[in-house]
Amino acid sequence: MIAAARTILRKDLLIELRTKESVPAMVLFSITVYVLFHFGLDRDSLDGELASGVLWVTLLLAALIGVSRLFAAEREQGGIDGLLLAPVDRTALFVAKAAALFVFLTAVELVAVPAFALLLLGPGLGGAFPELPVVLLLGNVGVAAVGALVAALAAETRARELIVPLLLLPLLVPVLIACAQATEPLFRQDAGPEDLGRWLGLLSLYDVVFVLLSVAVFDFLLED
Amino acid sequence: MYSKGLAPLAAATAVTITTAFALVFFYAPNDADQGFVQKIFYVHVPMAIVALCGFIAGGLFAIRHLRSGDSSWDLRSYVAIHMSIILGLGVLVTGAIWAKASWGHWWVWDEPVLVSFLVVFLLYCVYYPLRFSIEDPSRQARYSSVFAIAAGAFVPLNFVAVRLAEAYTHPRVLSQTGGDLPGDMRLTFLVSLLGMALLFVTLWKLELTAKHASMQLKRLRNRARVAA
Repeated sequence: MIAAARTILRKDLLIELRTKESVPAMVLFSITVYVLFHFGLDRDSLDGELASGVLWVTLLLAALIGVSRLFAAEREQGGIDGLLLAPVDRTALFVAKAAALFVFLTAVELVAVPAFALLLLGPGLGGAFPELPVVLLLGNVGVAAVGALVAALAAETRARELIVPLLLLPLLVPVLIACAQATEPLFRQDAGPEDLGRWLGLLSLYDVVFVLLSVAVFDFLLED
Repeated sequence: MYSKGLAPLAAATAVTITTAFALVFFYAPNDADQGFVQKIFYVHVPMAIVALCGFIAGGLFAIRHLRSGDSSWDLRSYVAIHMSIILGLGVLVTGAIWAKASWGHWWVWDEPVLVSFLVVFLLYCVYYPLRFSIEDPSRQARYSSVFAIAAGAFVPLNFVAVRLAEAYTHPRVLSQTGGDLPGDMRLTFLVSLLGMALLFVTLWKLELTAKHASMQLKRLRNRARVAA
């Protein structure tokens, strides 16, 4: 199973490296949303609650693009039949897709978070280390697990473009709560972690529940 | 097949709901600080509890469907979620009325239960577009079940998350619906809860019967067309 998952993951990453479809689009989208927030809020620099809210809402909206593109290559070229005919566990497919999404999200954040600090963040990123990367990574695990599940659920429906955002955004509300609350004290002028354990605990609980759940139900999607 | 015991159940529902309303208006005292308006509590809270239980039941039926492959469990899950969404709309409306009457605003963001309920309600509303944009019946049943299970697991998680977020800014000492109700209010509440639960089950069975009958009718019509 691990070998199959690794092969599918390598295929997805290779396609992304060659076509450069999802990650650059997500980065571009994030930066555009910062510009929108700049004008929408009419503020040159943000801190505290507003900063962490803007950052997380932007990242989750950017994740939407990655999720709706997750099965795009398979769908457009009919590759899904090949994958389904191959004698590998569906779990391998889920693990590979979730891992690909995780890599995409991390790659996007490597650019989008510094860009946020440059464009909008008042206090700078200095006070946010090393807590912010931990929050980002735990958040990515949750988004990747739920995202892969939602992508597979929506892949076979007619109204795909409609289902993905409508389904994904409410499911990500707990992630937004935990990540935004954990990040908020790191973006204050007197930066420092506060109540970090509680939010990381909530995020980990969410991650564990949705990874296990997705592995359990993924077998029933993408059949025949 | 689904209509077994529907008539006595409907009768029991009618009796319990009537008793509950009689208790609400003539037996339960007016609340000391909120007055008469607090009586909406006997509709709002049972409705919310029953709707959430319906969502969870939808998830459990969906698990049975995926385990057994029997599409009648999918129908049960679908109708349970359908009924819960209708009750959910009632919960949001009565919640807003209560909030307006007792706090002066139609919507209060620092009431964690109401906010969580909104998120859950928004999620479950997507059940319809998801279900009806899949044409193949067995795939429709399977995908809807996966949704019902994921959303069912999301319900408690979301409540924890929203409560933590609100507790962070607004510490809450006494819970509004906690076990500290005086005896006569508690009795009224429990009868209302029972009435609402019976109403849910009755409507659920009725809708199942209706859906099943219309499916059979369609099948018969198709057969008649093929024969002709």
